Amino acid sequence: MEFLSYLISGISLGSVYAIIALGYTMVYGIAKMLNFAHGDVIMVGGYISFCAISYLGLPGWLALILAMVVCTVLGIVIEGLAYKPLRSAPSLAVLITAIGVSYFLQNTALLIWKAAPKVYPSLIPTTNAQGESNALQLFGGQLSISYISLLTMASCIVIMIALTLFTSKTKMGKAMRACSEDKGAAQLMGINVNATISTTFAIGSALAAIAGVLLCSSYPTLQPTTGSMPGIKAFTAAVFGGIGSIPGAFLGGLLLGVIEAMAKAYISTNLANTIVFAVLIIVLLVKPAGLLGKYVPEKV
Amino acid sequence: MKKLRIKQHTRTDFLTYLGVIILFVVMNVLKSNGSLSRSLTGQLVPICCYMSMAVSLNLTVGILGELSLGHAGFMSVGAFSGIVAAMSLQNIIPAAPLRLAVAMVIGAAAAAIAGAIVGTPVLRLRGDYLAIVTLAFGEIIKDLVNCLLVGYDAKGLHMAFNLTGSKTIDDLGMKEGGIAIIKGAQGATGTTTIASFTAGFILVMVTLFVVLNLKHSRAGRAIMALRDNAIAAESVGINITKYKMMAFVTSAALAGAAGALYGLNFSSLQATKFNFNTSILILVFVVLGGLGNLWGSLIAAAALTVLPELLRAFSDYRMLVYAIVLILVMLATNNPTLKTFFSRFKLHKPTGKEAV
Amino acid sequence: MFPKLVPMPSPNLLTERDADKTPILECINLGINFGGLAAVENFNMAIGRTEITGLIGPNGAGKTTVFNLLTKVYQPTKGTILLDGNDTHNMTTAQVNRAGIARTFQNIRLFNDLTVEENVTVAMNAHMRYNMWTGIFRLPAFWKEERVAHERALELLSIFNMADLADTKAGSLPYGAQRRLEIVRALATNPSLLLLDEPAAGMNPSETAELMENIRKIRDTFQIAILLIEHDMNLVMNICEGIAVLNFGRIIAKGTPEDIQSNPAVIEAYLGKQKEA
Repeated sequence: MEFLSYLISGISLGSVYAIIALGYTMVYGIAKMLNFAHGDVIMVGGYISFCAISYLGLPGWLALILAMVVCTVLGIVIEGLAYKPLRSAPSLAVLITAIGVSYFLQNTALLIWKAAPKVYPSLIPTTNAQGESNALQLFGGQLSISYISLLTMASCIVIMIALTLFTSKTKMGKAMRACSEDKGAAQLMGINVNATISTTFAIGSALAAIAGVLLCSSYPTLQPTTGSMPGIKAFTAAVFGGIGSIPGAFLGGLLLGVIEAMAKAYISTNLANTIVFAVLIIVLLVKPAGLLGKYVPEKV
Repeated sequence: MKKLRIKQHTRTDFLTYLGVIILFVVMNVLKSNGSLSRSLTGQLVPICCYMSMAVSLNLTVGILGELSLGHAGFMSVGAFSGIVAAMSLQNIIPAAPLRLAVAMVIGAAAAAIAGAIVGTPVLRLRGDYLAIVTLAFGEIIKDLVNCLLVGYDAKGLHMAFNLTGSKTIDDLGMKEGGIAIIKGAQGATGTTTIASFTAGFILVMVTLFVVLNLKHSRAGRAIMALRDNAIAAESVGINITKYKMMAFVTSAALAGAAGALYGLNFSSLQATKFNFNTSILILVFVVLGGLGNLWGSLIAAAALTVLPELLRAFSDYRMLVYAIVLILVMLATNNPTLKTFFSRFKLHKPTGKEAV
Repeated sequence: MFPKLVPMPSPNLLTERDADKTPILECINLGINFGGLAAVENFNMAIGRTEITGLIGPNGAGKTTVFNLLTKVYQPTKGTILLDGNDTHNMTTAQVNRAGIARTFQNIRLFNDLTVEENVTVAMNAHMRYNMWTGIFRLPAFWKEERVAHERALELLSIFNMADLADTKAGSLPYGAQRRLEIVRALATNPSLLLLDEPAAGMNPSETAELMENIRKIRDTFQIAILLIEHDMNLVMNICEGIAVLNFGRIIAKGTPEDIQSNPAVIEAYLGKQKEA
């Protein structure tokens, strides 16, 4: 029973990683860049929804939508101002710019919301008005799953299915896949590459906003650096599953969450991250392109 | 008889050394007549360490052409092994400069070993996969040092791993008079600071000497060849693994030496100092200074370490300004339109002279 | 006068070599499958020690794949490669090169950020002896070997009249010069068999004529075997002593240029089957 509850908390954490990793992997797939600012968009999403709930008194779902809108706009603006001018630049230059954007977002947040952590009002409070635990009780109360975990897992699955359908069925989705294969060829086929890349950033940032709200609901301390570590972990998850692959990011995120929760529970709290990263390294040694990634050798 | 040829790079190298020497002399003069602010004086040794870190990372990123996001990890290994060495050798080697030198050599050796361990699996991967694994190793090293307890007494070194977070320095079972050197998450405290600006200057010169001479030897050519085209390099008989390892381990060892000096400059030091952000900071020096351009790395490291100090007037806004400067510089140097715009104002090609 | 860098006489430089009638390269039933598809199958070929051989065939016939098998870029799934009588089965690309096979690439692969001279001296790496520390501390061995390498590089570059380009970045050379530099670089590894992948691609007739001269000159000076892939039939028929024709991964004809020109199977492969009246 103890094991099950650790497993579920791992899946719940993994779902958040998966949602962030989906954004990472889509952006990587199309722009071939490691968007280090992605983690900080999560933080912005967290703060926007926090302000909407605490200061404007909006209901949770409306706060979420507001956060998504703000982050989508932010994603498009960042892409247009910072990354678009560097389309033909070496990837390292883009990477450093992304790091600059990340510092920029963190320090802007620091100026607006200050360094002191804010206590995030969860979308679904852990206890209800009567002081009873707001969780699904199973096996006669031996196993309790909080509603926020259930919501997180459900959102992750819905997003994953929606994205898969989007990329395989819609015109824009197909354009994205075409651009990630070969931008030049896509352009010759009449695809607007710039618009496609902007859309990808928009979707990725909206996902980051959802992840931000869910993350802060489960771990209710919000500060300007909140996004960094989940960002790095999600990046790891995306690589773990095979960067550029949507099912890969989903699988990688879940596995990473479970491994982290299990390592914390059974081995060592201090070394949980070490174990996560060690597993990543081992996986990459066996499968150099991640679990579901395709290894394409260079043609001679 | 063949006539002596002075190559372009020989001149640039010479000017780079000269620039560092002049900078050292100027700083020493300013320091002695008290015209340096206290905060800047305190920054002298860290600046030397960062310059050396930038040059050594340039060996991996610029010359070998592999993106490393965990260079601070090697600095960490060097720092803590250097601290342990210096603290344990206090009675054996009373002369501080000699002890510092020994500590830096030990730091370099420890980091080289770490580099070899990391390099063996990492260098088989490509591109961004390699980058994420170096990032992972940097985080692993940080976590491991965070769990480390080290003490020294009459019986020698005592070491323990604090896996569960319940152990303390007392669990090492040291005798009376033993000293605690590394206390887990608290890091190294009570370190005798023996680092000096002169040592920093020597470190930068040695690092430059090693990297420049390696670059212009047959090994350096092989390393740059496999950066430019790995398949062609193999086809002319170059052992890829051997040369990748050579560059990576050398780079790690130099970072270790810099780390040891850095560690011995502060009486207290935590492993979190060498986190992902520090790795990124050094990478920023390298990219801004120019890949493969060592004097560029030196200037970028010095300028960007001093910049936040100079921006102190802006207090809260300084990191924001730093971020904006970083983005603007990257855009200005890499955007095709802006590049042609700026090149109109450039009268001559930059030479080593500007390094001074 | 070549090569100064080899401390011991290499077997491929022995004067008796010309008298030796055993082949430098022998392929026996060589083959490779890509996902069940046989890209090259039953490839049998022997090349004499100072022979110029042509490997021709329509696009997609598997010619470059044969080069990739010989240089171990791909590991053969079937068959044996004997280089000077030694099986290369367990060798890597780099080891095969050190054993004596050097190549050029169809899509040029130079070290673009290195100078022309460095592109050549880097290929002499395996013949240089000083170690990393000697290099860092600039001990006498460094200066001695570097000077020899420098002189030899200029010597090799002068074959193609490129010695004055020594300090130019390889990436900024014009196309034809890049192709020539690839050949010089391959020669610098002191091979006994040189593989040229479409050396005349993109060259005009006068450049091609000059290239033909140079290929002959290389063979005569260095006394090595050359295997070349080429679509320019004029070049192939003029300088090759033996020709193998590849189609769909199999050798469909072998022989002298005259044999090949009149071989019905070759004509069919290139022009398609003539409809019988």
